[in-house]
Amino acid sequence: MPRKLPEYNAASLADIAFMLLIFFLVTTTMDIDSGLERRLPQWVDPSEIDETPPIKERNIFVVLVNRDDRLLVEGEPTRIDDLKAKTKEFLTNPLDKDNLPEKTVKEIDFFGPTEILTGSAVISLRNDVGTSYGTYIRVQNELVAAINELRDELAVQKFGKPFNDLDADRQDAIKEIYPQKISEAEPKKIGGK
Amino acid sequence: MSKFRKDGGKETPAISTSALPDIVFMLLFFFMVTTTMRETTLFVKITLPQATEVTKLEKKSLVSYIYVGPPMPQYQAQFGSEPRIQLNDKFAQLGELLDFVEAERQARDESERGQIITSLKVDEYTKMGIVTDIKQELRKAAALHINYSARKGRKN
Repeated sequence: MPRKLPEYNAASLADIAFMLLIFFLVTTTMDIDSGLERRLPQWVDPSEIDETPPIKERNIFVVLVNRDDRLLVEGEPTRIDDLKAKTKEFLTNPLDKDNLPEKTVKEIDFFGPTEILTGSAVISLRNDVGTSYGTYIRVQNELVAAINELRDELAVQKFGKPFNDLDADRQDAIKEIYPQKISEAEPKKIGGK
Repeated sequence: MSKFRKDGGKETPAISTSALPDIVFMLLFFFMVTTTMRETTLFVKITLPQATEVTKLEKKSLVSYIYVGPPMPQYQAQFGSEPRIQLNDKFAQLGELLDFVEAERQARDESERGQIITSLKVDEYTKMGIVTDIKQELRKAAALHINYSARKGRKN
């Protein structure tokens, strides 16, 4: 009968594992990257920019942020907390007001002919050089929140599920009704030096 | 003398440590799975703004990072305390952005070049002036897909 092999000492295995563990603790980070996604417009030469926009005033939702981080929405001073409600009103125009965007009827999958805003309706966000980035992101966030809320409401009403749980085709249909059109205009000085 | 007390008192047996490696390995695997490698050393101090409507960046390999913020205290003697741009492992000027974007393109596969996302990691208290300048440079470089990095949280 062969002799039993002697058991080797496993005490230092823990030390080795600890060393590996500490190495990974030091060299890695835990943060997952998240943020607000945007597409910048194509670069146009400043000399070619047409100063008079061909879009009607009522189809633009103008949000200005000055260097003191205060908001001017459609000519009225507004608090950030009220921005979402105003954006939603602009995007739906529930009472067909004259100063809110025009609507057209368009054939959309799953919905049939639907009243949506004209393609030129756009949210225009302008900031000053002195605006703080934190405020800018909060404003961006409110605008996206308004659109996401509208999409969710519509999704629940039509399909009985929140927007994120729908399949790609249905999501596209809803996206067509409430597109995410936020224009970050050419930089301009607003409100003094 | 009590009946139960033994004289001399036996030594307590050593605690078996044979399960310790298993426990440590478990921790090790946990950290290996949940974390990602740190790619650059930050020279600037960044507190990301909070937002509620954030989306996750899916493909890490397609993301290139631009950091903007005030330099860390140990670099402030050299670089001042105004927000600066950091690209890869060094401070950069605005003019170097075009080269940076081009270099990032070259580093990717040809099929992935069109899908590069530029993640802007900007400190909350930075003024928009520098961010707008960066955005203009990115537009010139045709790196149009950007992502304003933000933490999830705080309902406004």
